[in-house]
Amino acid sequence: MRTRALLVAALLALAGCTDPAQDGGGPAADGGATGTLTVFAAASLIDVFTELGARMEEEHPELDVRISYSGSSALATQLVQGAPADVFASADETQMARLEDAGLVTRAELFAANRLMLAVPADGSAGVTAPDGAGIPSLRDLVTGDPTMAVCAPEVPCGEAAAQVLRAAGLADVPDTYAEDVRSVLSLVELGEVDAGLVYVSDVHAAGDAVLAYAFSESARAVNRYPIAVPSGAPNAEAARAFVDLVLSDAGQAALADAGFQRP
Amino acid sequence: MSRTREGAGVPVPLLVPAALGVAFLVLPLLGLLVRTPWSELAGQLAEPAVGEALRLSLVSATLATALSLVLGVPLAWVLARSRARGRSVLRALVTVPLVLPPVVGGVALFLVLGRQGIVGSWLDDAFGITIPFTTAAVVIAETFVAMPFLVISVEGALRAADTRFEDVAATLGAGRWTTFRRVTLPLVAPGVAAGAVLCWARALGEFGATITFAGNFPGTTQTMPLAVYLALQRDPDAAIVLSVVLLAVSLATLLLLRDRWLGRTGAA
Repeated sequence: MRTRALLVAALLALAGCTDPAQDGGGPAADGGATGTLTVFAAASLIDVFTELGARMEEEHPELDVRISYSGSSALATQLVQGAPADVFASADETQMARLEDAGLVTRAELFAANRLMLAVPADGSAGVTAPDGAGIPSLRDLVTGDPTMAVCAPEVPCGEAAAQVLRAAGLADVPDTYAEDVRSVLSLVELGEVDAGLVYVSDVHAAGDAVLAYAFSESARAVNRYPIAVPSGAPNAEAARAFVDLVLSDAGQAALADAGFQRP
Repeated sequence: MSRTREGAGVPVPLLVPAALGVAFLVLPLLGLLVRTPWSELAGQLAEPAVGEALRLSLVSATLATALSLVLGVPLAWVLARSRARGRSVLRALVTVPLVLPPVVGGVALFLVLGRQGIVGSWLDDAFGITIPFTTAAVVIAETFVAMPFLVISVEGALRAADTRFEDVAATLGAGRWTTFRRVTLPLVAPGVAAGAVLCWARALGEFGATITFAGNFPGTTQTMPLAVYLALQRDPDAAIVLSVVLLAVSLATLLLLRDRWLGRTGAA
């Protein structure tokens, strides 16, 4: 029995050992991008970049786009450790600066901005009072009790922003759990396991009816600006450049605006 | 003497993969030690957050092992001794957490014990108890993942034990409970100890079910593996130091317990 369990474990481990970027691309006969394009993107970008990735594959039929979503700081650590990515899109400038310090990125371009909202389950929430409609309330006006609250861990960009607004509102000791990325916070609110969570405006757009969200004044203190760059040593730099151009193009900016992102 | 001669006789087709296997398992640990910023070690260890995470890890792994002993030893007895039908199905069910990704276990625990869960919503309504994001949730997540290790070890020990001792005890008038307590349990004690050590080690390293179900909050639910994972995102050196601490604690415990409890199994 135990041998069989070990065997299964070994097989599972082996199955995980695939190289995300085995084949780099080269210029195709028609000048379009080919091969595999590997994009590392902040978790908050999951909806827009999945859409833009599909558009990219449509425009370049011989290109295979693979996108890895995670907390920006986890992705930055992977890149510094030598993960082969063609594009890195971070949720703040701090994480991009880590790559610049490591000599992996020389030119990063800002392509979006995002700020925090207070998300609550649509079917009610203890400790949070809905705004009365007169102007934008402060976080203090909204958090009237002691709700079970999830925010991002201070290690990731959304957590840094959350810590800033909570400090500004004098609510630093309210959170009950620090999630590893912003989409985990959103999931906890959607599941109704927490009364409130601090997520980005763009996440609220993605959540739909399960979640209500309130804007609050302190969020202006912590606006995250999103940089994008092609790291040096990108296996498929040509396709990477085309993807960055797409994100910065009017079409890309429109898709980001639709998803709730602001201009940088 | 005889042992060295046996060693020399290992066939090459076994020796080479065995040596590769050792290298595969040991090199990453050596890598950890080589890259450890020893000069920063003292400073990192003095961080209150490190002590907090370590204490929480040790306490919750120990509680999870105690809970596993209370529930798992009787369960192992049922699997090994009872003649009820459906026992093999039961055994398969009990060992599912062994092969289940722990994150899936965390999600499943949420659906049952979360605030909106089947049992959790009732606990919340009736008693005002909510489990997620508490140390209790850490212990539950660790027990879910680690208890099968104990059950499997104890069941194996029970099957290997000579049942004639139990038969004799019964003929001398001992009831089944007395027989279990006075005869069976002492007989399989080394197996129980080995299972408990495995269970404790697995609980100490638990990550997926814990971060999913119990969340991550310093002092309450942030165990060492969670601290390592998050530290790696900001400060890899801190993550390495935390990893080395965890490695040292695990090794020290296993060596200590091996000498004290498991010596007999080694000699047998």
